[in-house]
Amino acid sequence: MKPDIQKKIQHLFHRSGFGERYSVIESLNDTYIEKIVDGIFRKSDSFTDLKMESSYTLPSGKDPGQLTDKERKVLQKKSREEIREMNTKWIYKMANEDSFLREKMTLFWHGHFACRSRVSRFCINQNNTIRKHALGKFGDLLTAISKDPAMLQFLNNQQNRKSSPNENFARELMELFTLGIGNYTENDVKEAARAFTGWGFDKEGEFRFRKGAHDFGEKTFLGFSGKFSGEDIIRIILENKQTARFITAKIYKFFVNEEENVNITDKLSEGFYDSGYDVSLLMKRIFKSEEFYDEKNIGTRFKSPVELIAGLIKLLDLKFQNPSALMRLQSALGQVLFNPPNVGGWPGGKSWIDTSSLMLRMKMPEQLFMASKIEFDYKINIEEDDEAVTEMNEKRKLMQMRILNAEVNTHKLVSDFGKYNSNELVDKMCSYFLQVPAGRKKSKLIEEYADRTGKEDLIESVAMRIMSLPEFQLC
Amino acid sequence: MKTYGRRIFLKNAAVISASLLTPGFLKSLPEKYKSKTGSEISYNGKKLVMIQLSGGNDGMNTLIPTRNDSYYRLRPGISISSDKALRLTDEAGLNPVMTGVRSLYDNGQLSIINSVGYPNPDRSHFRSMDIWQSASSSDEYLDTGWIGRYLDSDCSSCVHPYSAIEVDSALSMALKGRERSGIAIKDPSQLYSGSKRDFFSELARSGGTGYDNDELAYLYKTLSDITLSADYIYENSSIYKSAFEYPSGEFCRNLKTIAGMINSGFETSVYYVSLSGFDTHVGQTGRHERLLKELSDGIKVFSDDLAHGGTFGDTLIVCFSEFGRRVKENGSKGTDHGSANNLFIIGGNLKSAGLYNKMPDLEKLVDGDIIHEIDFRSVYSTILRKWLGADDVKILGKDFGDMKFC
Repeated sequence: MKPDIQKKIQHLFHRSGFGERYSVIESLNDTYIEKIVDGIFRKSDSFTDLKMESSYTLPSGKDPGQLTDKERKVLQKKSREEIREMNTKWIYKMANEDSFLREKMTLFWHGHFACRSRVSRFCINQNNTIRKHALGKFGDLLTAISKDPAMLQFLNNQQNRKSSPNENFARELMELFTLGIGNYTENDVKEAARAFTGWGFDKEGEFRFRKGAHDFGEKTFLGFSGKFSGEDIIRIILENKQTARFITAKIYKFFVNEEENVNITDKLSEGFYDSGYDVSLLMKRIFKSEEFYDEKNIGTRFKSPVELIAGLIKLLDLKFQNPSALMRLQSALGQVLFNPPNVGGWPGGKSWIDTSSLMLRMKMPEQLFMASKIEFDYKINIEEDDEAVTEMNEKRKLMQMRILNAEVNTHKLVSDFGKYNSNELVDKMCSYFLQVPAGRKKSKLIEEYADRTGKEDLIESVAMRIMSLPEFQLC
Repeated sequence: MKTYGRRIFLKNAAVISASLLTPGFLKSLPEKYKSKTGSEISYNGKKLVMIQLSGGNDGMNTLIPTRNDSYYRLRPGISISSDKALRLTDEAGLNPVMTGVRSLYDNGQLSIINSVGYPNPDRSHFRSMDIWQSASSSDEYLDTGWIGRYLDSDCSSCVHPYSAIEVDSALSMALKGRERSGIAIKDPSQLYSGSKRDFFSELARSGGTGYDNDELAYLYKTLSDITLSADYIYENSSIYKSAFEYPSGEFCRNLKTIAGMINSGFETSVYYVSLSGFDTHVGQTGRHERLLKELSDGIKVFSDDLAHGGTFGDTLIVCFSEFGRRVKENGSKGTDHGSANNLFIIGGNLKSAGLYNKMPDLEKLVDGDIIHEIDFRSVYSTILRKWLGADDVKILGKDFGDMKFC
């Protein structure tokens, strides 16, 4: 394989997904990048929902407010378990499915439309709504999210009534989801909030427009006046080119480089706007652009905890014996799916790395390979989940040592790299595992620590050491 | 499938016996840590110990308004009678288990500030803790902590990677800055052995500097922070061995670790430690008292330990919680989430001891909660400006004034 081409192909798979197996990278070495990109998009044409038969249902005929304490506790516990199960299923979906681009996009929007709900059914539905529109028209996604029970609940639009408007949703819609701060006035927030009065959901978790609570009066929003509905507000926001710029910049920062290149994003956002906010088209343009493969964009992204874990699952066929261990790992690394820190989402970038998270990241491969224990406990950050918090505080005392029970299967790795002789092995594996060169000193160090008992041991020990490098945290 | 055993890799452990860091590396601080003004680094020796009570401590049953009829009326099941409370003033007494803190009060080493909070209080644990840790307003989302921004501010007391230490397994947001962050350490000896043995210490040495890639440079800088701190802690922690007997439990063990560091003369300005379990919705009394006893006994030994080491006068201990609890008890002999709360400041050299301000007005509640009278950021600004000698306005984004406790 030509090293520079290999690096570019790997770059594409890291950024559009969660990395790719060595054998696949090898097989694509003579293929034009454009064709590989098209192939990736084709694979995301068909996809499946995150499937979860939720057993979370309210006892017949009851409103959530009518539940007895006991009923509510049973329900909350069930919901927590289901959210945990979903978390695991989704991370495996990212790692294992052909439609990885769609999953990556879903992860991006999951952070963009950051939301938390204690109701598992709401979480599942929202996740599938995002997945459905992830590569479609942004306007469709935005509309669907604006009518999504989890979001309406999270941003208090259920309480947004003509008699007492609640501005939370309207504000975040503009500040975080579309225009960005500074591109609207406080008055625009107030007027938009009026337009969204009455948008809520029923106890079945279906969107409901409650006419009685809606303010049908005249509103002035971003310089336009009329008897605007919520849909009108969304339309006006989409007609504003700033929305295209805001979304494009965020996508660029996530997929290309934390540091925005305004010359590039301006052009991209023009195209995005003209296409009617076609996300697929925008992403294709990015992945096919020369700029994307520029040296300065390769190996300069800190893998988020979820990207790191999904990548490890893919590389090592990791099997976690119990889903809560996987959740704890996410928590210790600083990113739990379905549990963003706040409506702003995960800040990302450098914020993933501090002294303790870096130590954990660097030691994790060793712990995984040695089938031993990773010691960490995690900080409680579950929203107002009093029972869970209490429960965990109790456990915390008992379980100083939390065990990350995971199994590694290196069969594929061994078969992929078995053909190389021991002199070239470290180089070959470094070029595959790392998007930034490790350099001679570190290669030598890896050599020194390699286990030469047999070929398998050699491959495994080299893989383990490479994955412990700070370089491995970048893609 | 093959399951990995411990058989491999271990044999290499013997290869590495050299010291983690070359002496020269230890002595020369990375460029990042040299003061930008080029002035001599001067460490004023002042220490801050933040004790975070997680879950929302019930301040009403911590400092009891012993002459307030509303308190007894609203809490028929869980109030503490005035004859049981440890009397501080005519109006106030401490929870009976807090004999340790009471003796600090008697020595003029305790200041209690009532009704501390912020406008438009948020009653979610998570969000309110974020607000306290980031020092934001309730409608503002920051992703750095106030101590992290203090580290970023490049003041003379915060130049080391070990300038702020959290005794825990993961770093709280409070200690995360943009450019610099504190370091989380659970067990210093483990950190050292963790960094010293094998591959990682070698890596830290061979890592070095000079990366074009900013992200990679940042990773290696963080790695060098780990090893630099680990080495510093290892070299210095054996200087002082505490002879004091601390109560059992993780929290007190952590306090002992901190006392060891302070008395060994660590040039660390901020220590951070938490005690959790204060979310007492149900059957509050027994549980709350166990926690307060752990806290009070721990603080007392800690203070004695520091006094013995001659460092208590240079130390300020602050006890806070993300919110207080509803004044009225709930139907399960517990309390629900509230807002403003009291805050304890302890030190060997306080400017103002005793009750700092009046007890909360229980006749004027909002949604059943105490109205805040003092913004928690005024407490921070006072500490930053007067204790740590830092630029509080830059760190907090605005001037919150200063108070008189230190």
